[in-house]
Amino acid sequence: MKKYTDTGKKDTRSGFGAGLLQAGKADSRVVALTADLKGSLKMDAFADEFPNRFIQCGIAESNMVGAAAGLAIAGKIPFIGSFAEFVTGRVYDQLRQEVAYGKTNVKIASSHAGITLGEDGATHQTMEDIALMRALPEMVVLVPCDYNQTAQATIAAAKYNGPVYLRFGRPSVPNFTDPDQPFEIGKAYVLNEGKDVTIFACGHTVWESLLAAEALEAEGISAEVINVASVKPLDEETIVASAKKTGKAIVAEEHNMAGGLGEAISGVLAAECPTRLGFVNGADRFGQSGTPSELMKAYGLDAVGIAAAVKKLVR
Amino acid sequence: MSIQTLQKTASQVRRDIIRMVTAAGSGHPGGSMSTTDILTALYFSVMDHDPKTWTRDGKGQDQFILSAGHLAPVYYSVLARSGYFPLAELGTLRRMGSLLQGHPSVRRGLKGITQASGSLGQGVSVAAGLALAKKLDGDPHRVYVLCGDGELEEGQIWEGAEFATHHKLGNLIGMTDWNGQQIDGSVESVCGGGDLEKKWQAFGWNTIVADGHDFSAILDAFDKAKALGAETSRPSMILFKTDMGHGVDFMAGTHKWHGKAPSAEQCQAALAQLEETLGDF
Repeated sequence: MKKYTDTGKKDTRSGFGAGLLQAGKADSRVVALTADLKGSLKMDAFADEFPNRFIQCGIAESNMVGAAAGLAIAGKIPFIGSFAEFVTGRVYDQLRQEVAYGKTNVKIASSHAGITLGEDGATHQTMEDIALMRALPEMVVLVPCDYNQTAQATIAAAKYNGPVYLRFGRPSVPNFTDPDQPFEIGKAYVLNEGKDVTIFACGHTVWESLLAAEALEAEGISAEVINVASVKPLDEETIVASAKKTGKAIVAEEHNMAGGLGEAISGVLAAECPTRLGFVNGADRFGQSGTPSELMKAYGLDAVGIAAAVKKLVR
Repeated sequence: MSIQTLQKTASQVRRDIIRMVTAAGSGHPGGSMSTTDILTALYFSVMDHDPKTWTRDGKGQDQFILSAGHLAPVYYSVLARSGYFPLAELGTLRRMGSLLQGHPSVRRGLKGITQASGSLGQGVSVAAGLALAKKLDGDPHRVYVLCGDGELEEGQIWEGAEFATHHKLGNLIGMTDWNGQQIDGSVESVCGGGDLEKKWQAFGWNTIVADGHDFSAILDAFDKAKALGAETSRPSMILFKTDMGHGVDFMAGTHKWHGKAPSAEQCQAALAQLEETLGDF
């Protein structure tokens, strides 16, 4: 099993903040907007470095989407930042008409996604955002797995000409990917090669999947782990090749079943390579208050939950 | 352009609207006709724009955003009559494969359209973003946005109003088509209305009230808005008092023609009241 080292726990939202600053330095067209969540989105460094290119919108997300569309039409590269629920569900129609429909170059920085938002509870914990964003034509959906990859995904989003939904989170999690590896939209990353089963994951479940694979190896099960950080477009070639090799797969995500990565991969495999699948996700539930690790455990999204799902599938 | 020429142009634009919507069999003539004089003045006298060098990013020109996207017929007519695309395209409104979608779209590359609209209440935000970009880039041009009065029931309008004031967008000029009508009846009876001037003022905007069917009043209002914007660094709203369906007696002053196409006979009766001045498409 390939070894990955946690170089120190960091939150993926800070990876976004670092990537935004780098993207801003590389391209003067990059501007950042937030709806009263500059600190939570880790936009402080960008705002300090480029005060004229940081645009505070107040608690008015719908307007923020429209204003960002105007800035993008005029040639800027706007990143709009808020909590995942408030930059998706709350503004779905605005994203649809102002951003996706005209392929307007707006980047949606979506923080505190999933149940690991934690103690604030279900009003703030979206488990439906990937579904909403995948449903929009023209929308690219990226769910990087750690600090380093989120920074790189932010830089890649700035370079891409078109709408991007960039999902990341609040809690500190292991940081283990190569900080210098450029992010490729449309690419799935094979983190560990295996022969008995494939675990497809994105975001916070990627590290948990690596831990699960390690535990499974001790029990004689060889698991391939693939980081599907580009949820849309999907790297169909890599996904199909792995399913052909292992014949069984689990899809693990911090999102509900409807419209998530699990259904995206099901669609590809049903058409190209019918494969027995298992799913580790929030099913069809709302979140609740708790610490991020308590919630990951309770919803079965941690390494233990993933390993159990694999064993059920391969048995 | 002289006031007489503007009047003649507006008469032709109203003919275009009636003929387009009749041919399509659906569409929104009422609001298109209440805003015909405003948009004719805007495109033929007020805005600094050039169809030959126009690009979607609006660099070096004034920009217009139609927030009330269902006013597509009047928008398409003034664009075509300004030279953005051939007049013949007007005959394709709402047809399969047409550049002239039921509501404005940028996907098909129709020249002159800066942003899609149709889902209401969003144009002030987009216009504010465009105006902010001009400010950041040192481009002295202005951004214009047109809303319906019923549309002001949308909450996002007021988010955009606050944002534009906060960011000191003196280069943003709004227009409200204050015709008092919306789909289900009068604005007062549905869920809106009140003192629109005080509402906009409360959000920090300069306000001007003008007769939206009197070209000299319309031009004067735009001059005042430009001056006020430059002077105060605040956005300005021109509240144009209008009649829905203006120009055709049996269509005027009622919500019933908000979203209904005339029959062939009604079309002929309407055209009989509107002089053909520039040649029908």
